[in-house]
Amino acid sequence: MTLSITRTSTRLCAAAAVALLIGACAPGDDGDDGDASSAPTAGDVATDPSELGDITLTVWDQEVREGQTEQIEALNAAFEETYPNITIERVSRSTDDLRTTLRLALSGDDAPDVVQANNGRPEMGQYVAAGLLTPLDGYAEGYEWFDRFPESVRALASYSEDGATYGEGDLYGLPQMGEIVGLYYSKSKLAALGIEPPETTDDFVAALQAAQAAGEVPIQFGNSEPWAGIHEFGFIQNQFSDADTIRNLGFGRPGSSWTSDDNVAAAEATREWVDAGYFVEGFNGVNYDSAWQAFAQGTGVFFVGGTWLVADLTSAMGDDVGFVLPPAGASDSHLVTGGISIPWAIPAKSDAKEAAAAYIDFITSSDAMTAVTEAGNLPVIEADQQTTTGLQSEVFTAWAQAGEEDLVVPYLDYATETFYDTLTVAVQNLMAGQSDPQTFLDTLEAEYSAATGS
Amino acid sequence: MALAAGRGPGEPRRVAYLYILPALLVFGLFVLVPLVRTAQFSLYEWNGLGASTWAGLSNYQDVFTEPQLRGAFVHALVLIVFYAVVPVTLGLLLAAAMSRALLRGMGFFRVVLFLPQVIPMVVVAIAWRQIYEPNGPLNDVLRFVGLDSLARPWLGDYTWALPSVGIVGTWVGTGLCLVLFLAGMSRIPRELYEAARLDGAGAFREFRAITLPSLRGEMAVALTLTVIAALKTFDLVYVMTSGGPGTETTVPSYQVYNNAFLLGRVGVATALAVVLTLLLFVATVLINRVGERGQR
Repeated sequence: MTLSITRTSTRLCAAAAVALLIGACAPGDDGDDGDASSAPTAGDVATDPSELGDITLTVWDQEVREGQTEQIEALNAAFEETYPNITIERVSRSTDDLRTTLRLALSGDDAPDVVQANNGRPEMGQYVAAGLLTPLDGYAEGYEWFDRFPESVRALASYSEDGATYGEGDLYGLPQMGEIVGLYYSKSKLAALGIEPPETTDDFVAALQAAQAAGEVPIQFGNSEPWAGIHEFGFIQNQFSDADTIRNLGFGRPGSSWTSDDNVAAAEATREWVDAGYFVEGFNGVNYDSAWQAFAQGTGVFFVGGTWLVADLTSAMGDDVGFVLPPAGASDSHLVTGGISIPWAIPAKSDAKEAAAAYIDFITSSDAMTAVTEAGNLPVIEADQQTTTGLQSEVFTAWAQAGEEDLVVPYLDYATETFYDTLTVAVQNLMAGQSDPQTFLDTLEAEYSAATGS
Repeated sequence: MALAAGRGPGEPRRVAYLYILPALLVFGLFVLVPLVRTAQFSLYEWNGLGASTWAGLSNYQDVFTEPQLRGAFVHALVLIVFYAVVPVTLGLLLAAAMSRALLRGMGFFRVVLFLPQVIPMVVVAIAWRQIYEPNGPLNDVLRFVGLDSLARPWLGDYTWALPSVGIVGTWVGTGLCLVLFLAGMSRIPRELYEAARLDGAGAFREFRAITLPSLRGEMAVALTLTVIAALKTFDLVYVMTSGGPGTETTVPSYQVYNNAFLLGRVGVATALAVVLTLLLFVATVLINRVGERGQR
């Protein structure tokens, strides 16, 4: 008798416990509904961090490549020296790892004070929509960021308050570096082939044929970490489609179509180049780092890559490596994928926002731009005021031209919250011959038109 | 007598609950609560950041209808062959061979075969990723012996990527099975074999009539462990292929991670996790049922 009562009560207890758990609030509903209105107005921004008292500033960055670590460590040390009352606690992770952990960190109560949040819709757009980032406009006035950073740079980290519109609205982050995905080439190999760096798509194809005929690997490429494919396809698309089309597609704005003739031509050219054997054999099984290292060691005449590789490639290849904007194709201009490096933002739940803003100002100051340059990188502003040599000066020239002629087009995965996944799989399938150009474009068009309602 | 009917000897039952309370608390806090919360999340549409909306069972519908998610389960089933079926078979054969022939340096072979078990999976994955590279050792060997046509970018090949990942699982799992079976065989009385030999049984007959039935328990354990390992594979795929090429090597655990952390579809991810948990549970129960039946 006693036994059965005990059993029943245990069961009741268990049932009650489960009910309690289920009855607990729905996920994400923690009472304080993302009210980011704690953002400052211009008047009350304290721009002298030394008066803020003792502060520990937690900074999450992804500056792990050669040259990046170097400059950020130097800047951190200089910041702590200038403001002894502020201690920086640096947490550095690879881009992928940061992306994974940021989501949880931003929504937690113990959020970091400064983070690098990728500016596309899959990340910054979602964070803004959820009210997890601080709009920086108030600080921007206090620190004169609006004067120093041109509209084109700020737009890449600007969203409407609900995160729905990308490219305008409030500023949510500031980048340190500019970034373009251009064409690296081996100077000695091109010289041996008797070829100049390609100006047009026709030149480029001729160079690829000559390289192949000479027994060289025309384009070194590794796509087992599939984001490389976004850059590779972007590089080709830039030669076939015009800037407006690519910008609409990339920013997820209505008005263009993935299935337009120019995009069909780009997808078909991609297939043709693969079929002709212009890419290194087995690229889907090669990872990104192996690919650029192989290029640096002499396998491959060309390598499509971003300016984040400048420091690595300079130390590996010295004077043998050159950099140009993508060849001009149908649109007759050297369109280039890129924009800004992953911008620095302030989480809405940071408890040291003023110090965080001061830190961001410090690492994007004119002195910092020089430090960025000296570590072998491309500063997002004031690049023309730096002195550089070798590969870096070629990159700076390309960046300056891209700025003057308005050639920069966005990364294609910015488009929708899940476009990264769709695009990486689609490019792998296209380049491996698993899907034809039409299927490839239809897949992308379906997601683009669903998201833009066009 | 003082002993009341319906009560066992010793302290009263309620006191017994006190003994398991600490463990129960830890278990409840770190296993049960997360499990229930996961099940709860799976009924919502939530991006992991903002507010959520009630979604009923639509996330489960997605798990079974979206080709990419369904594909992940198909891949997991293929991996069971490589992670469980092949290692158990190989382990049995090796154990039978090793127990019959008293090799010199048996200890050495056992250690070598068991070694993959003690290496962290991420290290295993990185090592094999290099072995499989287009210009890696595997292709070098194939070209060296004149089998150029077989050389390929293993992890980038739409047909071979999944088997390539699976073979790493075989390599890891075989040692475990072998050691389990060797331990089991050492418990079988020698007399049984002697009797069988007197009755004129050959090696194969001995294996079928004595070794195999005696190892039922060990086989159940080995199968349980390896099937679980196959169904919840994550590290190998994450490091070696990121689910590619295309979606040829995605597995349920990888899709849970991808949907929850990269795509911001927490509802779908948790629904997938619940389905995977149930699948593991059913597989474990089934295997143990079969194993126990034989022992009675």
